[in-house]
Amino acid sequence: MAFKIALAGNPNCGKTTLFNALTGANQFVGNWPGVTVEKKEGKLKGHKDVIIMDLPGIYSLSPYTLEEVVARNYLIGERPDAILNIVDGTNIERNLYLSTQLIELGIPVIMAINMMDVLEKSGDKIHIDKLSKKLGCEVVSISALKGTGIKEAAEKAVKLAKNKATTPVVHKFDGRVEGILNSIEDKLGNSVPREQRRFFAIKLLERDDKIASQMGKVPDVLEEIKFIEEEMDDDTESIITNERYIYISSIIESCLTKKSKGKLTVSDKIDQIVTNRWLALPIFAVIMFLVYYVSVTTVGTWATDWANDGVFGDGWSLFGLEVPGVPVIIGAGLEAIGTADWLQGLILEGIIAGVGAVLGFVPQMLILFAFLALLEACGYMARVAFIMDRIFRKFGLSGKSFIPMLIGSGCGVPGVMASRTIESDRDRKMTIMTTTFIPCGAKLPIIALIAGALFDGAWWVAPSAYFVGIMAIICSGIILKKTKMFSGDPAPFVMELPAYHMPTVTNVLRSMWERGWSFVKKAGTIILLSTIVVWFTTYFGFVDGEFRMLEDIEMDHSILAAIGSVISWLFIPLGWGDWKSAVAAITGLVAKENVVGTFGVLYGFAEVAEDGSEIWGTLAGSMSMVAAYSFLVFNLLCAPCFAAMGAIKREMNNAKWFWFAIGYQTGLAYIVSLCVYQIGMLITTGTFGIGTIVAVLSIVGFLYLLVKPYKESKILQVDMTA
Amino acid sequence: MQTLKEVSCGQTVKVKKLTGEGAVKRRIMDMGITKGVEVFVRKVAPLGDPIEVTVRGYELSLRKADAEMIEVE
Repeated sequence: MAFKIALAGNPNCGKTTLFNALTGANQFVGNWPGVTVEKKEGKLKGHKDVIIMDLPGIYSLSPYTLEEVVARNYLIGERPDAILNIVDGTNIERNLYLSTQLIELGIPVIMAINMMDVLEKSGDKIHIDKLSKKLGCEVVSISALKGTGIKEAAEKAVKLAKNKATTPVVHKFDGRVEGILNSIEDKLGNSVPREQRRFFAIKLLERDDKIASQMGKVPDVLEEIKFIEEEMDDDTESIITNERYIYISSIIESCLTKKSKGKLTVSDKIDQIVTNRWLALPIFAVIMFLVYYVSVTTVGTWATDWANDGVFGDGWSLFGLEVPGVPVIIGAGLEAIGTADWLQGLILEGIIAGVGAVLGFVPQMLILFAFLALLEACGYMARVAFIMDRIFRKFGLSGKSFIPMLIGSGCGVPGVMASRTIESDRDRKMTIMTTTFIPCGAKLPIIALIAGALFDGAWWVAPSAYFVGIMAIICSGIILKKTKMFSGDPAPFVMELPAYHMPTVTNVLRSMWERGWSFVKKAGTIILLSTIVVWFTTYFGFVDGEFRMLEDIEMDHSILAAIGSVISWLFIPLGWGDWKSAVAAITGLVAKENVVGTFGVLYGFAEVAEDGSEIWGTLAGSMSMVAAYSFLVFNLLCAPCFAAMGAIKREMNNAKWFWFAIGYQTGLAYIVSLCVYQIGMLITTGTFGIGTIVAVLSIVGFLYLLVKPYKESKILQVDMTA
Repeated sequence: MQTLKEVSCGQTVKVKKLTGEGAVKRRIMDMGITKGVEVFVRKVAPLGDPIEVTVRGYELSLRKADAEMIEVE
């Protein structure tokens, strides 16, 4: 039988480093069912029968954050054989707060005090033996970074797991609280195993409904609650929290000798500059510029171009040596063995192009993920939230949403994936939904096409596209945070600003790889399938009553063209109800720059320039300026390309939320385009009709939603079923 | 009655009471701001909110709206 050891501790306490050191390459990364919280487990090095479960970093076992609920559900439901509680030795007081809660669970606990090397340097000393006595569990000192003591800690944890000797609860609260807890424990009786009674008694006293609903028989403890609340003039939840800290304060004197009191640490000195009232914003701008410049403009573009146009294109050169692209090699191979045309098409333009669409983004993403891991590991990411919070929270977003949006202006796929760094579930979902509103690099050709064909290259078209994107984010934030789906879960911005750390290369690389790989695995299938479907409908159709594969130029006979004709009436109110525009918008889902190419093909050009300058005249003849702008707005805001949708699906980790996001984006795009066209027509030509009325009503409704009074609810809910 | 929101940078105060209730209060207390603890107001973010305080030996940032729930002396 395998033994399970849960690794529990605060965020930023070195848990990930310890987990990596304990398990090595033997890891499995996934998600806790139905939620976006990452789940990691791995086999302990040298022990085939010991599984280490890495719980999310938490401060408490309260019922209010997703991570905490996930962690305690695991601890209560699965009951691991032992808990390895990692404690940051440089921040011991607050770290012990979680420890007091873990010890009450009735599961054997061993405590590992991390960062002993840092402590030694500062001259502080933690008295392990005294701490062990005061908390009733075994305590060892380690340095996860240097690797000292971790083997011993793991061995002791394994021994503990095998012995099954539970950790007695030594810490005591105020006499009155203890009395009440005793009487609740008596009421619980044999419905709960002896060693777990204290935990459940405390949770019942705290009015923790989530725990109560998991218990079979719940005794009525209202009288006890009322008594103690009157006696101590506070609510029970606060009483217990208070008592824990009072106990910790009472033992900390004897367990910790502080030498460095009052002195500024290196981290403090860095922080004085980095978040300085005047320097913070310029420094922030420089760091963000660097991240953007490297991961989007320069190295990122090279990587994406190399992958898309080189490896999955015509070929690339390696030190002067021409390496043919994958499609070229396979195409030649298929040609040589005389494969049928349709099969060649399926393999080359369907499957390989689909795989390319998935993998093409990976190199750029890895570069970005390395940066994110670096910013997170060194502690700057928390400062980003600190600096930007004031602006973003107005729109229901987190200060950390800045980074996804910035990256999203280059490419929405890594942009969406960058939302991973946001802790609050609500902020993260909101960020995922709105990031792709920012025009990404692939949408620029559409802007160039419309600006060139209809607006004579007017300077304001491109900036207006960004303005539309930013307004869409701001308005969506304000409106969505009032909706039922988001309202129940406001995130209190009470955030630790961890000390600055030197990040380790292995941690950064590992985090980069994990995120990149999870994109390929989870987003890959949807991208691949959608690309194949669109390829098939584009290149097959009925010509003169015969179903066959089509030449590029015959696209107007394709299944896609038929679909375009069937749905094109939907876009009549938007001003571009012809099937060609509809088809162009659909192929835009594969990759946004396809919109231009599709127009080219449909207007009789096999290949057009990136901005489609060949078709400017034709397009100008078939669309009015207002209709063209409406078309542009729709393509900017609607569902992004399949790759970005795959990223959204991956990050939402939930079908309902995924479809809500896609539906919201497309719905918003439709309404905004409708308003643009109808109001535009009213102004330019004086046309007034049902469409105009709908547009005016939409605008009124939109304004109402924007200014509707809204009160942030004080009730936090964690919906685990969603 | 003075709240943590009104304390200026560089001052150390003692927490007297936490008003409010529910999740936000619990969260603030979980992070170590409980009755009697000393809180040092380190700085204000460049845009004027949130604030950064030192409590129980570490750095914590919280919004002024939440700091208003903390009565100090």
